[in-house]
Amino acid sequence: MDHLVYVAASGAREAMLAQAVNTHNLANASTAGFRGDLISATSAYINGGPSSTRVFAGMHNSGVDFTHGTINATGRNLDVAINGEGWIAVADADGGEAYTRRGDLRVDEFGQLTNGAGNPVLGESGPIAMPPFSEILVGGDGTVSIVPLGEAPDTTAVVDRIKLVNPDNAELAKGADGLIRTREGEELPADAGVRLIPGSIEASNVDTVGSMVQMIELSRQFENHTRMMKVAEQMDQASTELMKLG
Amino acid sequence: MNQALWIAKTGLDAQQMKMSNIANNLANSGTTGFKSSRAIFADLLYQNVRQVGAQSSQDTQLPSGLMVGTGVRTVATEKLFTQGNLQKTDNSMDMAIQGRGFFQILMPDGSQAYTRDGTFQLSEQGELVTSSGFTLQPSISIPENAASLTIAGDGTVSVRQPGSATVTQVGSIQLADFVNPAGLQPIGDNLFLESGASGSPQTGNPGLNGLGVVLQGHVESSNVNVVEELVNMIETQRAYEMNSRAISTTDQMLQYVANNM
Repeated sequence: MDHLVYVAASGAREAMLAQAVNTHNLANASTAGFRGDLISATSAYINGGPSSTRVFAGMHNSGVDFTHGTINATGRNLDVAINGEGWIAVADADGGEAYTRRGDLRVDEFGQLTNGAGNPVLGESGPIAMPPFSEILVGGDGTVSIVPLGEAPDTTAVVDRIKLVNPDNAELAKGADGLIRTREGEELPADAGVRLIPGSIEASNVDTVGSMVQMIELSRQFENHTRMMKVAEQMDQASTELMKLG
Repeated sequence: MNQALWIAKTGLDAQQMKMSNIANNLANSGTTGFKSSRAIFADLLYQNVRQVGAQSSQDTQLPSGLMVGTGVRTVATEKLFTQGNLQKTDNSMDMAIQGRGFFQILMPDGSQAYTRDGTFQLSEQGELVTSSGFTLQPSISIPENAASLTIAGDGTVSVRQPGSATVTQVGSIQLADFVNPAGLQPIGDNLFLESGASGSPQTGNPGLNGLGVVLQGHVESSNVNVVEELVNMIETQRAYEMNSRAISTTDQMLQYVANNM
């Protein structure tokens, strides 16, 4: 059997995987602070064969799309969007530090400040515990201040300051839980220069039109690979015909 | 079957949930004391198809891997407890809370519920009840022959009886507040129940300890922003269309294989 069919099959399989990644981006078009995944193909040479035509396709994440999503004003005190570059530090399921752009914050049943996905937001020293309050305000630099429950409106108290970081995007990668971490996994120092826009939420950065175009392109690519598999079958059949006697 | 189909299905589910939520908000844009809600989404776990940094030989590593996300899920629908507009009705038994707090309602089964809907009426025993007939707590009885009813900002209820020049105090309204009102469980009828997430109720007189004041002759209208909901609806519809397009495209790809191989 010719190797052509295996090469074509590898292309078809990888096109299908790329379609899955693209569909995942589209499915998260409404997830606050979501960053799309980029995908690209690389070629893998198989050495040692009789001919050099055996080049398989391999799909790779070429990283995360770090462009900014649109910022929507909501008017809710606990919604924050990052103005420009920067990340909000949160705790992941294991308590380790991870980073996200989603800023739909809320207070959970234990009085902890979390984001919409339920990850505790980190302050200067670990998760932020909120005392009972009647009014809450997040400042442009991440300072969380409250009017304690039962106090006059002029009695404000600073609770903590949300840890904001601003690493080089090239150092960052997405984990299996969708949170962003540094490639080496180390914790980043807080950056005082990152600014928040209170009362707003950053939407998903998925370019829906671009994803639709990519979807069409990938589906055509997939058809081409399938067509090549068919051609391989026909060629094989033709050579079998040749061998037939009589 | 192919994962792209299922990923697109999670996208459709999420947009459907968002649409139901928008429809509920819009349907309740005229409901007194209604609080709008919003759907919150998060991405599902990623499947590691090819591990980044794995050894490609003894001395080299793969520079990039392949992670395929598995879609989106609805984490929660969160109530937004912003103040609704106060509407003047001049009905002496209408009350609105300006600020934090809830009226306490005694449910028929003896449990406690909470509401922001202040359209109270009188029961046959002369007690203040909600439009569903549930009693306001602490219970306040209005004498049968009361000529006028006055509710002060601090919740003091007083009546004037015919032929009398002075007013008599018949009770006092108390409000309850929660650490995390968004954690209250809505049960319909404009009522909320205490939950593990809301914290326990702290009751007090209106206007004290951070509680809002009671305004007689007003009701708090729904806090739904109709324009915002309509914009959300357009966005949701488009996202839904794109996800259903992803299903049909994946379907076509599979069909092509089935027909041509």
